[in-house]
Amino acid sequence: MSVKVWIAGGGVISGIGMNLQENLQAFKDMRTGMTTMQYLQSVHHETFPVAEVKADNDTLADMALMPENTSRTALLSLIAAREAWKSTGLGDISRYRVGFVSANTVGGMDKTEDFFNSFLANPQGGRLQQVLHHECGAVTELVADAMGIRHHISTISTACSSAANALMYGARLIRNNIVDIVIAGGTDSLTRFTLNGFNTLMILDQQPCRPFDDTRTGLNLGEGAGYVVLVSDSLLAHIQPWARLSGFANANDAYHQTASSPDGTGNYLAMKGALEMAGLTPEDIGYINLHGTGTQNNDVSEGIAINRLFAPHFPAMSSTKSFTGHTLGASGGIEAVYAALALKEGIIYPNARFQHQMKELPFTPATAFSAGNDLKHVMSNSFGFGGNCSSLVFSKE
Amino acid sequence: MNIYINGTGCISPQETAQIGPLFSTLKEYDQVRLQTVDPDYKQWIDLKQIRRMSRVVKMGVGAANLSMEEAGIKMPDAIITGTAYGCLDDTGVFLNKMVSQEEQMLTPTAFIQSTHNTVGGQIALLLGCNAYNNTFVHRGFSFENTLLDATMILREGEAKYVLAGGLDEITNYSHQILSRFGLYKKAPVKTMELLKSPDRGTIAGEGAAFFVLSPEKGTHTVAELAGISTMYKPLWEGEVIGEVVKFLEEHAVTLEDIDLIVTGRNGDIAQDEIYEEVAAALFPDHPEACFKHLCGEYPTAMAFGTWMANKIIAEQDVPDAAMFYGTAPAKIKNVLVYNHHQGTHHSLILLKAC
Repeated sequence: MSVKVWIAGGGVISGIGMNLQENLQAFKDMRTGMTTMQYLQSVHHETFPVAEVKADNDTLADMALMPENTSRTALLSLIAAREAWKSTGLGDISRYRVGFVSANTVGGMDKTEDFFNSFLANPQGGRLQQVLHHECGAVTELVADAMGIRHHISTISTACSSAANALMYGARLIRNNIVDIVIAGGTDSLTRFTLNGFNTLMILDQQPCRPFDDTRTGLNLGEGAGYVVLVSDSLLAHIQPWARLSGFANANDAYHQTASSPDGTGNYLAMKGALEMAGLTPEDIGYINLHGTGTQNNDVSEGIAINRLFAPHFPAMSSTKSFTGHTLGASGGIEAVYAALALKEGIIYPNARFQHQMKELPFTPATAFSAGNDLKHVMSNSFGFGGNCSSLVFSKE
Repeated sequence: MNIYINGTGCISPQETAQIGPLFSTLKEYDQVRLQTVDPDYKQWIDLKQIRRMSRVVKMGVGAANLSMEEAGIKMPDAIITGTAYGCLDDTGVFLNKMVSQEEQMLTPTAFIQSTHNTVGGQIALLLGCNAYNNTFVHRGFSFENTLLDATMILREGEAKYVLAGGLDEITNYSHQILSRFGLYKKAPVKTMELLKSPDRGTIAGEGAAFFVLSPEKGTHTVAELAGISTMYKPLWEGEVIGEVVKFLEEHAVTLEDIDLIVTGRNGDIAQDEIYEEVAAALFPDHPEACFKHLCGEYPTAMAFGTWMANKIIAEQDVPDAAMFYGTAPAKIKNVLVYNHHQGTHHSLILLKAC
């Protein structure tokens, strides 16, 4: 009954590459993105490894063709969104009814935290330019304006699940004939605000993170942006689709503001709902891109929910956050691009640094890169703060 | 599918959380920063939690509960929140400490409560609601996107009640910074004089308004949410006028069918010009009501405007405090709410009495 929504392309910038091809190569080479902080200025730079995009703001501004004082969040966003659009071959964007639905968690906070140094000393201090694009929505608009998108613009912020929700909303806009195309995903740059916030929660690993490993002790933060181009069935003749967004669901754990429930209620409901919308059963799924942050709590909740839903037919699974770090508002977008590409090229991504099976779970993640697998349906999970849990299902046809 | 407003709740600088005729006890201010009149939050939240919650979370939880009480429901099938600024207070607290303590000895509470989805998450947590939960944070479209998402979800047929709302708070930091951008009047201005003021700037406001939307009418339903539309950075007033005409056509309503327009005039002569243009072109003789002199200007003020329009339909009367031009007709059936924020974010909402 509802209009089919296709993925016509995607773009990614992350700690493992400046574009999707570089990201893919990093997976093939088992090259992860975590290093000592080079670009973010923080007193914790020796303590916590992070997966930074390997370029300073001047370089990113050159790539994005934007002023150098632009928020890094917007620079990353524009680079990935342009790549996504270009990959579709749809040409002049002004010929279509296009929406831009972008997620982020802290907007232009990278500039705001610099502003606050001067502002706290003197309420008239600090350059206003630095807070002009503080709002999450302001970051989205910088990118929409640069790309010439006006038909529908929105920003979603539900912590770690933000970008997955951007894809859902984007798909609904297409199904409701509000636009024909939506560039959907998310962006986030590393900030001291986020780094220190996660540090107070004591869930940052001082070593490279080990998602779904029994010895895991926390996550590494990352940064980046990832967007897919969602296209209505009515334009199918003009694209070569990578995949179809066949199912999605969003549920709330309603357990704790930051922690996941021990039985992964929200995770279970989101995965189950996404399968139902896609009209699939668990054994149809060939690969799950896990939320897999690497914290004690997250991975066990997600694993228990997967066990409950999938046992005994466990698909291949991996957490690509073991390469990119947790890119927060961007993660659902980056991982949606990975999932769509997985279907296009039959890829199962590796889960880096996995050695010890979790004692609570009967399955283990994939540890090697492989392509050419016969994948028909893949799932991408994004669960986060505020109990927000979202799952997406992509299908080959 | 018709989508009905089965319940509403509003916490604002007016006494909107109380039951009674609209603006029967008008709060008149003579200042450039308005603050919400807080109801007794203990009726919805236990004391221990109240102390830890920031104002924006409390006003969100309060307005959400008021709307569910009116709709007579205990559990929604989706919770959708719109907030442009998010949890500014906790963001400011954490930023302040992080900067002044040079990233040392920080505690998690403010960070945890600083994320934009805190309000939606807290409502879900207090209700034990596992349903769909989303938060829109797009400036002057935050609330509008929330209603649009709610509408799309209801049309899919599985959800029966969607709780949707818009809210924003002012903090000392945000007010200091936004004032430096020159958004507000240089001198205090009286509530009932704001819309006639002859210069630039408006007054800052805050508040929360929530709605229970459903394809089925409830006991207290008076209006249908017949349409919603947004326009991003229209190039000139003609584009706005064209959009209004198209919007009404799409919803099979003529200009004559509109009984009342409700506009987002905020007393800034430059920003109010477009309302004059639209009224002159399409609604020269229509009665017009306004709301931002009562709630102040903020990116989700449209939620207050929509709440007020629904109350006007319920009471079949426009209070004097809200009337800007003309007199309300005896029968108020179709109300068009037109708002813009900062000249860049324009939106239209059509309510129909039912």
